[in-house]
Amino acid sequence: MRKKLLFGGVAIATVICALSLLHGAKRENAPSSAAMLLVNIDNFSFSPETVSVPVNSTVTWVNKDDVPHVIASTQGVFKSRALDTDDKYSYKFTKPGTYSYFCSIHPSMVGKIVVR
Amino acid sequence: MAEKTLLDVNPSGLIEHDHNHDGIDRRGFLKCMAWAGSGALCVIHGGVLTSKALGLPGSAKAHARGELSFVQISDSHMGFNKPANPDVISTLKAAVDKINALSEPPAFILHTGDISHLSKPEEFDNVDQILKSTNKEIFFVPGEHDVLNDDGAMFRERYGKNSKGRGWYSFAQNGVHFIGLVNVMNLKAGGLGTLGSDQLEWLRDDVSHLKASTPIVVFAHIPLWTIYPQWGWGTEDSGQALSYLKRFGSVTVLNGHIHQTMQKVEGNVTFHTAFSTAFPQPAPGAADSPGPMKVPADQLRSVLGITDVNYVQRRHALALVDSSLASSTSRSMS
Repeated sequence: MRKKLLFGGVAIATVICALSLLHGAKRENAPSSAAMLLVNIDNFSFSPETVSVPVNSTVTWVNKDDVPHVIASTQGVFKSRALDTDDKYSYKFTKPGTYSYFCSIHPSMVGKIVVR
Repeated sequence: MAEKTLLDVNPSGLIEHDHNHDGIDRRGFLKCMAWAGSGALCVIHGGVLTSKALGLPGSAKAHARGELSFVQISDSHMGFNKPANPDVISTLKAAVDKINALSEPPAFILHTGDISHLSKPEEFDNVDQILKSTNKEIFFVPGEHDVLNDDGAMFRERYGKNSKGRGWYSFAQNGVHFIGLVNVMNLKAGGLGTLGSDQLEWLRDDVSHLKASTPIVVFAHIPLWTIYPQWGWGTEDSGQALSYLKRFGSVTVLNGHIHQTMQKVEGNVTFHTAFSTAFPQPAPGAADSPGPMKVPADQLRSVLGITDVNYVQRRHALALVDSSLASSTSRSMS
């Protein structure tokens, strides 16, 4: 029983610690003002696959693959040209909402930008 | 009966399969063994598939000589310059040399797409220049790399002047009906290759007047059979297209896109994918992604190649021969 209590105490402390870390990280990465955010394209996937940014933020995709990819909004809001290796594409999100996108030539590659 | 793997080599070195004893179940799967660089011959006769390794005693000389011979090449990716192939010009030239050395000259060439790597005019120019030395008529369908920035306008201007819609068409040669399809445009998020309802409608009309005995050859970039959906290796509405071809006695489907040879026989339909002339890709699921596979320089040409197709009218059969750029065995065929 004592062991359980002790474990519970440790667990709670861990959660508090993690929360405060998360809070700190959140403040660091997502300021209330507009931000710049990088999405890597590597191994036929977007990393991170889902990102959350404040309104008026600019998201930049960088292609790290040996083959070209094309960033295309599922709803037709934005579309890049073909990005060769190390090519970049940026888009500024001026309206809140959830923007799904995919690679229009490798459609199994999907990602999401959440604009707050 | 479930599909079964059909790759077993008997002591004579010949691979022979007749899985049609009952005349009903003709499903099967055969991975042509061209991967090893030696080439394989597959003869289709009324849905029964016989395949023989090339360059072995008793190779099927008689089967291969037909009334119509043509070559399929694919995935030239002109403009690609990374490992494992910094020189795709040389390997395309090697493919042309191989075609020109065939002792039974092909009537024409089919290119199943990804002519270019980045849809650039100079990439298309380079390929045209190299292929010119075959002195053959070449029929193209686009790969996704050929339609990157303009929905295929430049591709159609160069290669599809007489095509319909987004670039599909058909033609007849020696009694065989050839159909070039486009499945690399208007792709949907999370999906596979797509033909689209307008193309499917055209296909239904295009074959409606043909006799069921007419041999059909369909060629398109992305495989029309589902090989590995996780990597997008399939076409979501290919089932609909194949339903229009069900009544035909012999249907051969030639694809590219996956940069490796694979074959599957289902009923009267033989599905086949060709080598690339530029770089190999991993076997389905064998890597984290379908990106270019890096191989030692001295092995590169054993995983690139061409496909030689012979139609034997008397036997109502199509013989498919994959030969790598490293092998010289294709010459022993004819």
